[in-house]
Amino acid sequence: MSKPIELTIDGRKVVAEEGETILKAAKKNGIYVPTLCYLEGVSSFGGCRLCMVEIKGSPRLFASCITPVAEGMEVLTDSERLRRYRKWAVELLLAERPHVCSVCVANGSCELQQLATELGVDHLRVDREWTDYEVDLTHERFAYDPNRCILCTRCIRVCDEVEGVHTLDLMLRGKNSKVVFDLDENWGFSQSCTSCGKCSAACPVGALYVKGKPLSEVKKKDLVSFIMERRSGK
Amino acid sequence: MVEEIVVNPVTRIEGHAKITIHLNEDGSVREARFHVTDFRGFEKFCEGRPFYEMPSITSRICGICPVSHLLASAKACDDLVAVETPRTAVLLRRLMHMGQIIQSHALSFFYLSSPDFLLGMDSDPSRRNILGLAEKHPEIAKQGVWLRKFGQSIIESLAGKRIHSSDWIVPGGVKTPLSKEKAEAILSAIPKAVETALNAVTLFSKTLESLGDNVGDFGDFPSYYMGLVTRDGGLEHYDGRIRIMSSDGKIVADQLDPSKYFEYIGEAVEDWSYMKFPYYKPAGYPGGAYRVGPLARLNVSSRCGTRIADGLLKEFKKLGGNGVVQNTFMYHYARLIEIVYCVEKAEEILRDPEIFDMNIQAKASLNRREGTGVIEAPRGTLIHHYRVDEQGRISWVNLIIATVNNNLAFNRAVAQVAKKYVNGRTLSEGMLNRVEAVVRALDPCLSCATHAIGEMPLKILLYDSENNLVDEVGRG
Repeated sequence: MSKPIELTIDGRKVVAEEGETILKAAKKNGIYVPTLCYLEGVSSFGGCRLCMVEIKGSPRLFASCITPVAEGMEVLTDSERLRRYRKWAVELLLAERPHVCSVCVANGSCELQQLATELGVDHLRVDREWTDYEVDLTHERFAYDPNRCILCTRCIRVCDEVEGVHTLDLMLRGKNSKVVFDLDENWGFSQSCTSCGKCSAACPVGALYVKGKPLSEVKKKDLVSFIMERRSGK
Repeated sequence: MVEEIVVNPVTRIEGHAKITIHLNEDGSVREARFHVTDFRGFEKFCEGRPFYEMPSITSRICGICPVSHLLASAKACDDLVAVETPRTAVLLRRLMHMGQIIQSHALSFFYLSSPDFLLGMDSDPSRRNILGLAEKHPEIAKQGVWLRKFGQSIIESLAGKRIHSSDWIVPGGVKTPLSKEKAEAILSAIPKAVETALNAVTLFSKTLESLGDNVGDFGDFPSYYMGLVTRDGGLEHYDGRIRIMSSDGKIVADQLDPSKYFEYIGEAVEDWSYMKFPYYKPAGYPGGAYRVGPLARLNVSSRCGTRIADGLLKEFKKLGGNGVVQNTFMYHYARLIEIVYCVEKAEEILRDPEIFDMNIQAKASLNRREGTGVIEAPRGTLIHHYRVDEQGRISWVNLIIATVNNNLAFNRAVAQVAKKYVNGRTLSEGMLNRVEAVVRALDPCLSCATHAIGEMPLKILLYDSENNLVDEVGRG
């Protein structure tokens, strides 16, 4: 049994286990922290910056999904400053590729859309990029539209850590990064893909999806955490 | 030049249109043109998208009749997947279409056009709108609002929302069945809907009497007429085959395959407008000008197929020689008769024993590389034609939209009104409104923005024989 650690989150005294992240401690205590690239059951890397929190005594912000708790820590999950930063994070994601909700399979069950609503994003303060990536419909069951991808890499981590295949990975750098199958093959021609569908279940937006069905019907957000829980024998 | 929002969504052209009138040396009108000067590019930016996204993308062309695009697009997708849509799904789609036509026609007649003839062509422009109508004839305004609501409520009962219910219709069928409660709710409102629609027919007949000769100058010209008909020549909005009739009532082509439209419809381009000019190929350009929409449909159909509407159709056909009504003003009349038909048809569909069947979607993936969907939208024949690559991504799109079919008719009607009311080198507000009114009778989906109520931001430019601008009048 690891050592219990006491900290305060939003003024509430909570107890966490050593090595646990702030996000996990908050969740266990019913405190909401917005997340996007975080996915229960797979590793975290703090990419999207939505789960940032303030820690008393430090001027910088911390991604709560990768910051471990410490004794006596005073954490703030909601503040004017945090809301401002989170709003920018969502706006920049929206601006990076042409996200058009009205014609997207994910409309109504999209995590990015939900966050935008939550944070009051009603317009973008930066110019949008109108990327023109080719949609990949070569797979019999699934479709991939890179124009809707937010590069959260949930699909890559699920494919690698849960399915154990690592068909998916990132190509190029920065905003030009692109999720690819094998060595940038069309999905339907991928040698390693097992067609398990975990990547599309993990996708928070409408980039990877089951053909012919809106996301609201096939959304299995908790699939990955369910599988991991079963595997750990809990 | 301008006309914000007006002609737009049906024509994939947002916002800007202008009318130019060209004069002879003696100051009389030589010709008038209706220009559409903005470009929306749906046909282009759909390229590369998965074919099954087309219904939701193209339905965004228009917020007034998204259902029309949804249906035409879904039918084109049905064609691509090459399956037989279950009968119940077709019934439900038809029912939604009836609701759509009722609400769109009610909007066109009551909200947008009736102020012209109930309040007067030359009445104060600031009151010549639905609000002015509500003040002077509150009962009529209320009926209009109710009828539109009835149509919208049919759409909502089926798809869950009134506008852009784009994920309910899917290639191969529809998503969810109709519930018994909702069917009952629609059925209970049917008697009132019939009565309201018939009141409007009576009101319009009276208006015709009171307008007398004024009606004669209102875009009364010969043209071809095109519309879908059933196998036996009856009125049809969802399926059917194309019939083309000449101005003297002769059926020049019948039971044409709608998916082969390009064999008999040509599309000409003029350098002064972004809207194409479709024409009936055998008659050439511009002699092959044809009209579509309610007037054309009633002209080409030999019967409606429902009791009350059939009686009205008989009366209607008496208004023109050889049973062909040429006057653009009669679009209004035809629209009202169609409302009656749609209400009757909706009841017939709702009483079908298979309407609650659960088999509502045939599932299949891409089986063809080319697909066409043709329906009769409230404003006329609507054609969606797609080609896809081996993955099912759209590689080519052609949309011929109801309003575009009427493009040549717009120009003729505008020219006729101009010739009658413009003389000399100045323009008047009354002139502007008469031009607006004739454009409105053809109902080019002007209504999309609420600020177009009763008054579209439109400019008319007057040019002399040397092409110098001599006058302009406009508002908005």
